[in-house]
Amino acid sequence: MMTDLWKHYRFLILRRFTQSLLMFLYIGGNVWGWSLIQGNLSASMLFGVVPLNDPFAALQMFAAGAVITTNLFVGALIITIFYMLLGGRTFCSWVCPVNIITDAANFLRRKLHLNQVEKRQPASRNIRYWAIGLSLVLSYILGVTAFEFISPISITHRAIIFGIGLGWTAMLVIFLFDLFILKNGWCGHICPLGGFYGVVGKVGLIRVDHNEENCTACMKCKVVCPESQVLFMVSKESLQVLDGACTNCGRCVEVCDDDALNFSIRKLAREKKDENN
Amino acid sequence: MVDERRKFILSIARSIGLASLGGLVWSAYVDEVTANKLILRPPGALKEEEFLATCIKCGMCVEACPFDTLLLASPGSNKPLGTPYFEPRDVPCYMCPDIPCVPVCPTGALNESSVTTDGELDINIADMGVAVIDDKNCIAFWGIQCDACYRACPLLDKAIYLEYEKNERTGKHAFLKPIVNSDFCTGCGLCERACVTEKAAIFVLPKEIALGAVGNHYIKGWDKKDESRLKDAESHITTTNLSKNSAVDTLNDMGGLLDDD
Repeated sequence: MMTDLWKHYRFLILRRFTQSLLMFLYIGGNVWGWSLIQGNLSASMLFGVVPLNDPFAALQMFAAGAVITTNLFVGALIITIFYMLLGGRTFCSWVCPVNIITDAANFLRRKLHLNQVEKRQPASRNIRYWAIGLSLVLSYILGVTAFEFISPISITHRAIIFGIGLGWTAMLVIFLFDLFILKNGWCGHICPLGGFYGVVGKVGLIRVDHNEENCTACMKCKVVCPESQVLFMVSKESLQVLDGACTNCGRCVEVCDDDALNFSIRKLAREKKDENN
Repeated sequence: MVDERRKFILSIARSIGLASLGGLVWSAYVDEVTANKLILRPPGALKEEEFLATCIKCGMCVEACPFDTLLLASPGSNKPLGTPYFEPRDVPCYMCPDIPCVPVCPTGALNESSVTTDGELDINIADMGVAVIDDKNCIAFWGIQCDACYRACPLLDKAIYLEYEKNERTGKHAFLKPIVNSDFCTGCGLCERACVTEKAAIFVLPKEIALGAVGNHYIKGWDKKDESRLKDAESHITTTNLSKNSAVDTLNDMGGLLDDD
């Protein structure tokens, strides 16, 4: 029973663990002055020496006409390379606190069978790429970091670390939006930061691999996947999930009872496929 | 039946339309929330406009502040979201000599060089704001002895000094009036914190709000430094051609306005 639970929720548990651990360390940095990691997801300092910066915020600052300091540039580069290697939007499902909110909304959506009531998804998942463009254009025009002033990600994260104010309203808006208006609305359609990491992480090394031979076409994976379009190959073809929109959340891997989906390293799997051919 | 070409053009138009709609709402919101000019920034902050472009809202200055003076604007505080500020009546800036909040800034929104004299951090040249006195509600201006703000000032006798004046009403007392010298005031707000009136009669405002600006046309001829601005000044001699017309007597010439006949 316990091992069953672990098998079916292992990545979810690990993700909640990394998300909470990071928040806990950031809170410690603020409240108890721990020097392990200070700041927040926009910009932080690791061990008091290694700068880590949100590359999308840095891009907006550049567009807004701010002088980019070495510290900021290096920090943004480290994060960019990190997610480039790790792949996809690992940030979204393993770090971002909004993920917990939207996952909760999506969970409730399934439990209430809201998906049956509202089958049609009226919005395009490409909105996020427009949002990236708008963030930069508006930053340029207004001379401020446009997305950073509305970003529910930083609002949520700051609320947790520095005190909440009315920050809970922003969280509630995201929750209700995802629950009642659009399935996977914020993270899957609108969030420009997610879109940005999707583009950055396109070449990522850690990828979900589908083995069609084992697949029984139960489609549990597509039900839980927040970006189900990336699993187009399921039950059709043995392929790696190479779409940048995949968040590497591993839900598909853990719900699969047939060992048809697993994490893999990008290159290795391709070689394996070549051997098969 | 809509053909492919029309479908394509329509979908492009729709995307552009939606993007403009989103962009307008978004920019209107951002413009509103960044419009708050009555906000006090940490020491060394860039000018408000540049500050808003440069601050990444990480809160490391807030974490570095040992007095919990600095806060990050949260939703509902009606201040530019996520940016650091302080409210001196609650907790003023205690002007730490090592200014821990400034060097930690990763983006230079808090500019170290603006609080550095001769290669050393110097909080005394910080420029967070300027104290302003409401002399109608300051009891020292009533003639009651109070020098709370004066004593609280870390730059005592420079940023706040006392002006003595005879109290004609009693004939035997003196006014000890606190006066702020904006050349020295850093805007730390210790005076605002110390003020004994129910709502502080001395309070810190951003300099752009509280101070006027003379402009370039006036030069203090008695001030060597100011006078030196004239050193390389070029003079232009302009000549105005005198009018050949006779002067118009606007005061006495009724020019047919009155009916004298």
